Amino acid sequence: MSPMVTLLTSGLYTTIQDEGRFGFSKYGVPKSGAMDQRSFLLANLLVGNDKKCALIEWALLPPILQFNEPTLISISGAICTPYINDKIKKMNTQLAIHKNDILKIKNIKNGVYGYIAIKNGFDTDIRLGSSSFYKGITDQYVLKKNNRIKYKSSHKYIHTNSSVLETGFWINSHTINCYKGPEFDQLGLKEREDLFSQIFTISDVRNRMAIQLTEQIPNELASMLTAPVLPGTVQLTPSGKLIILMRDCQTTGGYPRVLQLSEESINIIAQKREGEKIKFKLQAYAFD
Amino acid sequence: MKYEFEYLQYSERAILIRNSSEIDENLLQELIFFKNMIEIKYNKVIVEVINSYNSLLIYYISTIENFYSAVLELKSLYLDIKTKKTIRNKCWEIPVCYDVALVPEIEVFAAHKSMTISDVISLHTAPLYTVYFLGFLPGFMYLGGLDDRLITPRKTAPSLHVKKGSVAIGGNQTGVYPYDSPGGWHVIGRSPISFFDVHNAACCFVSPNDKIKFISIKEKKYNDISVLVSNNLYTVKPSFV
Repeated sequence: MSPMVTLLTSGLYTTIQDEGRFGFSKYGVPKSGAMDQRSFLLANLLVGNDKKCALIEWALLPPILQFNEPTLISISGAICTPYINDKIKKMNTQLAIHKNDILKIKNIKNGVYGYIAIKNGFDTDIRLGSSSFYKGITDQYVLKKNNRIKYKSSHKYIHTNSSVLETGFWINSHTINCYKGPEFDQLGLKEREDLFSQIFTISDVRNRMAIQLTEQIPNELASMLTAPVLPGTVQLTPSGKLIILMRDCQTTGGYPRVLQLSEESINIIAQKREGEKIKFKLQAYAFD
Repeated sequence: MKYEFEYLQYSERAILIRNSSEIDENLLQELIFFKNMIEIKYNKVIVEVINSYNSLLIYYISTIENFYSAVLELKSLYLDIKTKKTIRNKCWEIPVCYDVALVPEIEVFAAHKSMTISDVISLHTAPLYTVYFLGFLPGFMYLGGLDDRLITPRKTAPSLHVKKGSVAIGGNQTGVYPYDSPGGWHVIGRSPISFFDVHNAACCFVSPNDKIKFISIKEKKYNDISVLVSNNLYTVKPSFV
């Protein structure tokens, strides 16, 4: 039998993700890819993968996995404690897996999205250049209990005990750095002040497409023609809602784009839970 | 004609070029020329360029090191464009079934507009629509050219299930849902054509600046074409206008 991992439980919104799907926005295809690209990259590097390898992403509730062949894995992202066959292990380190080992992840302390990388990546169908799950693009858009995913067996790889020291600044940071969005200049002084002095709360409307904030900014911005958007674009709706577009966002949108998050801040906000607080900090591009 | 463009840095890896006009077919042509030139000249450093009604978004492979010099180059590239007005557009004939039996919603729509169903059909099939860009869903066309008499505000509460192939009207726009999806537009017909094929690298046959003509078909023909489409035996072929 070829090497497979079986999901003994599904976890919550468990998907396969990679860097994302690039070059298909012109057809209206979202970029997708791991919500927290920094943790995604870290997990891959720990097992010696290149950054294109596909891994498992889970949200708040991790799946329980069983591996039928030896390999190397790593766990990064949301702060948690991994167990292999009920023996306590560490995240952000290389972990050796033996035949029929069971991986459980417990004690999710902080953050939302966790990553499980495997030597050479998980082997699922590539659609339009990427394995990232997305409804209508990949056959499956969320992993379910008893699903099996192929991987390349790694008998010959040597466990190097590679690890990184994670200070947790990522997960603990509440400052969201951003640049002016294309419609920023239409904001009045009062709105600008509100945007940068207020503390905002992550609302219960948060998923791979977008994160909505609880506090509102009343405004009278003019309506606009549908225009391009990117992950990290902050839209301000006529009713005052702030919507931060995330990895699975549509390619175009019709609400004023008031801010654009820095690449780093997209990863930071991806890890914020409902009820957590953030503050926007305006910055200029490096050459300004 | 040359348009005035504003150049903005959109993110660490993207530049937005925009004009303040409303929907304008000449601007679309100019944007598409500009977009093609950018794609040819910068193909090694960009992921892609997408257009909307009045803007282009250039998405780079890596961080933009010097925005000002990038903009100077783009501006001079734009000045070099020699617009050829004689360009021929691809025109796609899209079969649509407007039969009440298949799409009962058209009756509601016609009543709401105080028109007969055949009025709705003839007004909707008469124009040669322009594809401005694709967005919202993979393969969803933003079309310009809807007859003023068919303009209808979107539903206040969106329908949760709009079927794949639904041809609908929302405000001054009309389009085809390429997937089952929630949607706030008024459905008036259904097309058997698949607008998006994930198994094909050229996943959507339509491009910005193409033309669309809707052709009314009966339910029997709708069913026949659906069978061909599901067996991959139906290809839409363009004419040139």
